[in-house]
Amino acid sequence: MTGLLEYLLGLGDDALVAAQRTAEWCARAPQLEEEVALANLALDQLGQARAFLTYAGELEGEGRDEDALAFLRDEHEFRNVQLVELPNGDFAVTVAKTLFLAAYQNLLYTRLARTAEPRLAGIAAKAAKESAFHVSYASLWTVRLGDGTPLSHRRMRDAVEEVWPYTHELFEPWAPPEAGLDPAALHGPWLEAVGRVLGEATLTRPQDGWAATGGRSGRHTEWFGPLLADMQSVHRAHVGARW
Amino acid sequence: MVKERVEAAVAAVPDPELQVLSIGELGMLREVSVDDDGNAVVTLTPTYLGCPALELIKADVAAAARAAGAERVEVVVSMSPPWTTDWLSQAARAKLTEVGIAPPGRASLPLLQPGCPRCAFPDTEELSSFGAAACMALRLCPGCGEPFEHLKAH
Repeated sequence: MTGLLEYLLGLGDDALVAAQRTAEWCARAPQLEEEVALANLALDQLGQARAFLTYAGELEGEGRDEDALAFLRDEHEFRNVQLVELPNGDFAVTVAKTLFLAAYQNLLYTRLARTAEPRLAGIAAKAAKESAFHVSYASLWTVRLGDGTPLSHRRMRDAVEEVWPYTHELFEPWAPPEAGLDPAALHGPWLEAVGRVLGEATLTRPQDGWAATGGRSGRHTEWFGPLLADMQSVHRAHVGARW
Repeated sequence: MVKERVEAAVAAVPDPELQVLSIGELGMLREVSVDDDGNAVVTLTPTYLGCPALELIKADVAAAARAAGAERVEVVVSMSPPWTTDWLSQAARAKLTEVGIAPPGRASLPLLQPGCPRCAFPDTEELSSFGAAACMALRLCPGCGEPFEHLKAH
């Protein structure tokens, strides 16, 4: 049984790692507008991570704040799904990851906004509105690339195929009673939402085969260690430094 | 007495990113209470969870409350109910238009197209749904050819 603390860490870690990965596009995006858009997406994720991790730290009651949780935990202590730690690949891979995560977060936050746990519901209600823009952004690009030139179609199709096995982990039975939902119940609406976008993009939903798992219990991909090292190095090199 | 002064001073604190609007006009200020010893508690709600201006706003609010006579100031951030652009007054919307920022439509219709804040041309194009601040989108007016910012309905 997942406790509320564990769950908050999962929600916070999904958002934190997605923020860090997405921010890698800064100064590398294909055009200025995408640069700005991806930085905004990362900023929204970071804001959500801060709210969830701050709450997790207070609930734990051992004096750990958002910074301690973000910068002083090691790989096996992170509870994020593997989807968010995957490398960015080409722009199509980033679009596919963003679409799959945003569609999930939007459904999840919309439902969490109605739970009886007031602080969780408050953060989720705020975050749901933000994730709606992420869905719209990623949908637009999926359609533009999928229903574009033969080259963009092929690369968008390859990206969807590559990322698909990492989407199942989002719907594993992993939620405390306070969440008031079963993650598996989100899978149907998610497939419907994502399927609609893929259809419009002239892409087909990949076959289900091998599925990634383990992130929620601290087992991560080979790409996660370097990401953490990058994210945590300044904080660990300058212990206790403040702005 | 002190409460009214603190409330007015805090409500007038300008938003660092939308200088033309105060946090009162934006609807970020939820509550001000001052006890008999002059200790103030100011409750704010963030526009976006990751809004980088929030730390600065908290510092500005504490300074404004102290300048208005509060002894000690505690700034509390509350998420619920979540902030919405529907809380912007008509006067605030007019101010935005005046400085060339298209005001938000209704939050229930977030993808509704705004008209050009300069020439009122109705059919404008989106350049990016994200702008220089978390709350902004970038648009282009085919009427006057000028790009402009749009405070997104949220």
